[in-house]
Amino acid sequence: MAEAPKPNAAASRAGTKRELPEHFKAYKHVWVAIECEHGEVHPVSFELLGEGRKLADKRGVELAGVVMGGSEEAIADAVAATFEYGADVVYTVVDPVLTHYRNEPYTKAMTDLVNTYQPEILLLGATNLGRDLAGSVATTLLTGLTADCTELAIDDEGSLAATRPTFGGSLLCTIFTLNYRPQMATVRPRVLTMPERQEGRTGKVVSHPLGMSEDDVITKVLQFVADRESDKAQLPYADIVVAGGLGLRSAENFQLVKNLAAVLGAEYGGSRPLVQKGWITADRQIGQTGKTIRPKLYIAAGISGAIQHRVGVEGSDLIVAINTDPNAPIMDFAHLAIVADAVQVLPALTEAFRKHLSVNRMAG
Amino acid sequence: MHIVVCVKQVPDSAQIRVHPVTNTIMRQGVPTIINPYDLFALEEALRLRDKFGGEVTVLTMGPPMAEDSLRKALTFGADRAVLLTDRFFAGSDTLATSFALAEALKKIGDDFGRPSIIFTGKQTIDGDTAQVGPGIAKRLKLNQLTYISKIEDLEPENGVIKVERRAEGGVQVLTTKLPVLITMLEGTNEMRRGTLEDALRAAKADVVKWSAADAGIDDLTRCGLRGSPTIVKKVFAPEARSEKAKPIETSEQTMETIAQGFMSELFQRQPEIEQDLLRYAATQFAQEG
Repeated sequence: MAEAPKPNAAASRAGTKRELPEHFKAYKHVWVAIECEHGEVHPVSFELLGEGRKLADKRGVELAGVVMGGSEEAIADAVAATFEYGADVVYTVVDPVLTHYRNEPYTKAMTDLVNTYQPEILLLGATNLGRDLAGSVATTLLTGLTADCTELAIDDEGSLAATRPTFGGSLLCTIFTLNYRPQMATVRPRVLTMPERQEGRTGKVVSHPLGMSEDDVITKVLQFVADRESDKAQLPYADIVVAGGLGLRSAENFQLVKNLAAVLGAEYGGSRPLVQKGWITADRQIGQTGKTIRPKLYIAAGISGAIQHRVGVEGSDLIVAINTDPNAPIMDFAHLAIVADAVQVLPALTEAFRKHLSVNRMAG
Repeated sequence: MHIVVCVKQVPDSAQIRVHPVTNTIMRQGVPTIINPYDLFALEEALRLRDKFGGEVTVLTMGPPMAEDSLRKALTFGADRAVLLTDRFFAGSDTLATSFALAEALKKIGDDFGRPSIIFTGKQTIDGDTAQVGPGIAKRLKLNQLTYISKIEDLEPENGVIKVERRAEGGVQVLTTKLPVLITMLEGTNEMRRGTLEDALRAAKADVVKWSAADAGIDDLTRCGLRGSPTIVKKVFAPEARSEKAKPIETSEQTMETIAQGFMSELFQRQPEIEQDLLRYAATQFAQEG
């Protein structure tokens, strides 16, 4: 619900005074929140360490990772990996209360760390966890937070320049937090480059207590159902997505999309008209009012690519359009095009991938 | 039970353009709508009211014309609408927005009864920040439930709620105590059409309009531009991709050749995908064996 950016009004903001208030001058170093729920580090944390390394080097300061978890064993691998991906220091908060992510204790742990060790920059992944945590931490600290960034830089005066898409990606804006510390930003997964892992690299660990008991936390986690144990559609988290549109011509032909998805181990979905026609269920709608996807590979069969669809898929690494119309809007944002009838192409693709994979998996 | 739904009036879809010379946003002529994500929150609130009784209040902060969106919400069946509008709010970032909304929510509690649940959408389609909901929760010390896909159970008398939350790599089943702030995940329900009765009522309804002073805000330095730690230094259009999609050769080819051509091009561009697929195929093979 943020007000729309008003570039011309920016000059009148109180935040533009160049001199940093005295009590913020001690804030130093770049921090990355390491997301390691259920023992696995989210790749975006490593991407952030890569970018954080560059920012820290440019500022001539340390890069630190923050790792929180339920036990020392649970976070051991994450701590080691945080050093190997470039951190000089790792701050840890370990307490059984932190076994599952919950807003209250994680917010307390992070704000206590920030108030104690005073970083100038704090970066988090723009995941559900990162965005839930960042919003609370920034509001508690009363500092600026720029969400969902796609690019970070340090300007000549040492301030963080955070660039993010807005208005559904049709505009970009560069946002600063000049007079408050830390400068906070969340960054989308798979936007920054994954840095090289330096095996055996290590550094200093600083442990900090949580200072909160289970009785202090009102919200309880009753259960965690991992996606791999569930049969529901997991579109936003899939590496490969195959989707169909009206170009398939009939509900029966939608099976061709499912067949290709099955061979690729992909999720399947469709454009909004297919939901309206009842060919697919609403939880498989891809686009602005449906699911936003960001897979490594997105194959759109018989989808023309209206703006509402575009904003839901343009974060995909590689977009393939199968469409008879070489001038369909989707051709403006797809990377590869197969200008042909999807109803004929899909079975051919399914067969080609099936053959290739069954032959080559034997070789491995 | 009193439920408040925070909504935002936004420009329809992504039809915003940047003026090529002044580099400012051209909003003229772009129709406005209720932020589509907020409709999932509103529908969920209406369903809870229908089941447990009580009232649904919709709240928005924005220019006077944001009244249109509130009136629209009334046609869906909301009971009351509050518009927070003041020139002091202009230029608010997410921190200043959550401050103003939190103050208005306190006033709503005083005047119309303490809300048990405050809903927001997951995020807006223009700002996309997803920050205002958590900001409100923190300021009002509400238990924060973001990305909720399902309200499994609610016991208003005991002040207990059980929900499913979309977490990383899975779904959390959480229980907590009222009052809560819930940001509702998209696709979790479908907005009702609204009855003719509601439409007639909405047309005549009085929208409550509050200035900053009306909402009990006396510290104006925490509002609008002055209360916003972030500043937007530059707004620009993304560089248009110069080339269109690269076509796979299709003329006078069999479907099989086209498929082969595509697969080679794909694996050449993204070797990682081939590796992923082979790994996947190997696990399938193991299962079959």
